[in-house]
Amino acid sequence: MNQHVTAPAETTDPVPVGAVPAEDVVRLVDLKRRFGATAALDGVSLTVRKGEILGIIGRSGAGKSTLIRCLNGLERPDSGAVFIEGREISRLSERDLQPLRRRIGMVFQHFNLLSAKTVEENVALPLKIEGRPRAERLARAAELLQLVGLSEKAEAYPASLSGGQKQRVGIARALAARPALLLSDEATSALDPETTRSILALLKDINSRLGLTILLITHEMEVIRSIADRVTVIDAGRIVEEGAVWQVFANPKSEITRSLLGGIRPQLPPEIASRLAAGEGVETILRIDVAGEAARGALLSDLAAAVPGPFRLVHGGVDHVQQQPVGTLFVAVPGADAGHLARVTAFLKDRDARVEVLGHVAGSV
Amino acid sequence: MSPVLFELLIRSIWETILMTGASGLISLVFGLPLGLALVATDRGGIAENLWVNRILGAIVNGFRSVPFIILLVALIPVTRLIVGTSIGTGAAIVPLAIAATPYYARIAEVSLREVDHGLIEAARAMGGNRWTIIREVLVPEALPGIVAGFTVTLVTLVGASAMAGAIGAGGLGDLAIRYGYQRFETSVMVAVVIVLIVLVCGIQWIGDRLVARLDHRG
Repeated sequence: MNQHVTAPAETTDPVPVGAVPAEDVVRLVDLKRRFGATAALDGVSLTVRKGEILGIIGRSGAGKSTLIRCLNGLERPDSGAVFIEGREISRLSERDLQPLRRRIGMVFQHFNLLSAKTVEENVALPLKIEGRPRAERLARAAELLQLVGLSEKAEAYPASLSGGQKQRVGIARALAARPALLLSDEATSALDPETTRSILALLKDINSRLGLTILLITHEMEVIRSIADRVTVIDAGRIVEEGAVWQVFANPKSEITRSLLGGIRPQLPPEIASRLAAGEGVETILRIDVAGEAARGALLSDLAAAVPGPFRLVHGGVDHVQQQPVGTLFVAVPGADAGHLARVTAFLKDRDARVEVLGHVAGSV
Repeated sequence: MSPVLFELLIRSIWETILMTGASGLISLVFGLPLGLALVATDRGGIAENLWVNRILGAIVNGFRSVPFIILLVALIPVTRLIVGTSIGTGAAIVPLAIAATPYYARIAEVSLREVDHGLIEAARAMGGNRWTIIREVLVPEALPGIVAGFTVTLVTLVGASAMAGAIGAGGLGDLAIRYGYQRFETSVMVAVVIVLIVLVCGIQWIGDRLVARLDHRG
């Protein structure tokens, strides 16, 4: 019937059917969703590869929650396609979505544990929904509670647990039905920093031990830096930036990414920033960004050897993201000799560092 | 109090307990599903159907707006159809149950509506269907409120059953009116009031204990 069965690949159809490589657990194609006048998702396409942790970050209202809810059919896109393990799910009926959702675990910001059930019953609930026998459910719950370090709380009710413990139960429950994908919806946003670290460590451990694919959404770059392999930055329903976490940290392209990074990357101290002027000054302040291979060498001593003359380190440091050095240094160079400044800049650029002249200060800083 | 009156008091207590208990049980059996239906069919509910919701709501409001003493008389044909007679303790159970069911449905509805929507979403994310959500989330989570509401309904029924004397149902209220008031038997009036206080306190005490045991919300 169809004359175009062997049509060439360069079709204009944005939704190629059955063309999803097996290693992509999730593939979103041009996802759109509006709520009234606002576009929560305005053409989002992305893939999550098997075994990786993809972090999606954005400010509140950027469309993160809508995005993550499209993945298990809690939300339906207006247009576009959602492939889960190669199967398009955005048009499935509620009934057809139910078995699929059992392949996807979800962890929530406010834990969403059932207060009337014990910890053990909460963890076993996905298996009860699947219709597994009681003995199997309890065995699996015990196994998972051991994994999250809460074996002794099996009989307790959630109300008696701390926030971190509740989220551990939430994670155990999400893993109960042996999902192919774990969705984390701001899982650490309601927790204190120390608990956040332990929950993130647990997620990372699960990812490496079970090879579980994780997609998490957050508004905190610290979360992305701790556990994500790749990051996607979204704003106003669009992807504004994506890439390996250390590369995005080293070289953020968009204003939003820079602002989200603001809290955890070195910034010029405000007392210096307020004294910066565009014209002449005693000293010139440079911002040097260097990452990866370029940051491993003895950059500053090489600079001192290659370009004789004074320069001072004002602020900054080298961070390690995904085992990659990511450095930001603020350096003051005496401004009297323009040639000296040019030589410093040229040397640094030659070493694959990014150099930006921020301005000049009148007195010494 | 004469032995005859005492025997009458004992019989009246039994009639009140029977009327309250039977109509209470019926209101639980029908009111809870009705309350569930009101929550489930409402906007954003798990089985949203605004037409069904409006119709159910109108029926509930209709029954609740009729004063019980009028319902008692108006339902006589229905009572006769179900029980075979319109007089006596058994006959009073029908109007009491019919009045208590929408009353309890509204109370159950309030408790069910208070269940955190995040819990329903969690159950959906686990692949649960509507029945799972009702059985594992809505009812267990709302259970303390459902039980507390049932206690309130029973206490209300104790009071309402006093009016059932109007159709010859007997009970404590009837005894107090006919003997305590119309025949000036003050001892009967005092005894009835004391029994009612003990009965209501007993129901409330059991209800409160049950709620405390069921409530794990911390």
